[in-house]
Amino acid sequence: MASVSFLLVAVILTALAFDFTNGFHDTANSMATSIATGALSPRVAVAVAGLLNLAGAFLSTEVAKTISGGIVQDSEVSLVMIFAGLIGAILWNLVTWLLGLPSSSSHALFGGLIGAVWVGAGGSAVRFGAIIEKIVIPAVASPLVACVVALLATYLAYVITRRTSARTVGKGFRAGQVGSASLVALAHGTNDAQKTMGVITLALISSGVLSHGAGPPWWVVLSAGLAIALGTYVGGWRIIRTMGKGLTDIQAPQGFAAETSATAVILASSHMGFALSTTQVCTGSILGAGLGRRLAHVRWGIAGRIAVSWLLTLPAAAAVGGMAAWVAGRGDLGVALVAGVALTAAAAFYVLSRRRPVNPENVNEMPASATKPTARSAA
Amino acid sequence: MDIDWGTLAGVFGVSLGITVVVVVMFSLGLAAWARAGHGEPAPDTPSGRHQKVAAVTAVLCFAACLTVTAYGIDLIVPG
Repeated sequence: MASVSFLLVAVILTALAFDFTNGFHDTANSMATSIATGALSPRVAVAVAGLLNLAGAFLSTEVAKTISGGIVQDSEVSLVMIFAGLIGAILWNLVTWLLGLPSSSSHALFGGLIGAVWVGAGGSAVRFGAIIEKIVIPAVASPLVACVVALLATYLAYVITRRTSARTVGKGFRAGQVGSASLVALAHGTNDAQKTMGVITLALISSGVLSHGAGPPWWVVLSAGLAIALGTYVGGWRIIRTMGKGLTDIQAPQGFAAETSATAVILASSHMGFALSTTQVCTGSILGAGLGRRLAHVRWGIAGRIAVSWLLTLPAAAAVGGMAAWVAGRGDLGVALVAGVALTAAAAFYVLSRRRPVNPENVNEMPASATKPTARSAA
Repeated sequence: MDIDWGTLAGVFGVSLGITVVVVVMFSLGLAAWARAGHGEPAPDTPSGRHQKVAAVTAVLCFAACLTVTAYGIDLIVPG
């Protein structure tokens, strides 16, 4: 019994840690363009996003019924595999954060679980058809759809306002951006916090603490909501810089068009049952906004690096998840060892990040190595 | 492998339509607002009647945007 408790506590803490990385990885989705255009100051932006994520966690009661959404056979999933999968997802999230790349936290979680289940229960427990259908196809479709929508919207916004004074246009669209960014943050909170609640609730059910079919207890809702909100508030400044300044130079009309497209695509996809990744939709819409304004130049090198990170997310998280499952499967000592190694790695990533820190003060400056020395705050 | 092209096309069509409506309405609203003299005071601002028409257009456009936004919040918040 004691071993079950230790493992359960480890799973819950790891799930909350994942939720935290999910939050700071995804601040950029809702706030990157608003910070880049000056619609919101960096600190206000992350505070708004954090609060809306917290609100979103409480608003939506529809907790994920399965951990993996059918990508692995849920009957084969043990607590150790959930733990190992979460470790894989967290470490991949930290690597991509260090590199400033917006990668999908859900895909990292799926990847970690796939690796852990493959090692723990064999390849037959992994449903490869579902992986293609739920991860690969959406990963191709999300950025494409969002990119085309944002491109057209941006083009129209500039055509319609071309006779209006630049000052009015800038002021007006910056005001609009506050609303459009807030909607993205709220939609994010109702989606992503639920995933962690689902993981913790299913862990509690499978270890017999909760009865089958039980909803999440209040402390699970509260802690998951707080973890993602805190992560969002801490802000993944590296990723915000890449999405707000790195991909393309964003002006207020482009930011408004990108955020409106992202919100529309996310809501349409979740209500029509074709799950798309929030991160990939937001990245695609920023790319589209860059292509829609004449003379705006898109840095394809950075876009390419982001695309490569998307290709690597699943296998990389799966490799780490698989290794973690193998070690953690040896017993409590193995679990403790994996947790220790993960904590050490996280600390090392943090130390590495301090060498070239990105924070609210310098988030809108591109490093000289990444771009020509034209980096300045947008009009 | 089973790709649901119909649903994907639906997602694309609906999001394209909604985005274009919101962004076009917001842009028109801004343009009309400026013409009504509320933004940068243009030297050759048309007088009286035209300003009123422009102001009403702006308000209608922004109201349309708010309606779509309210519908979006309604979709996000379940129940």
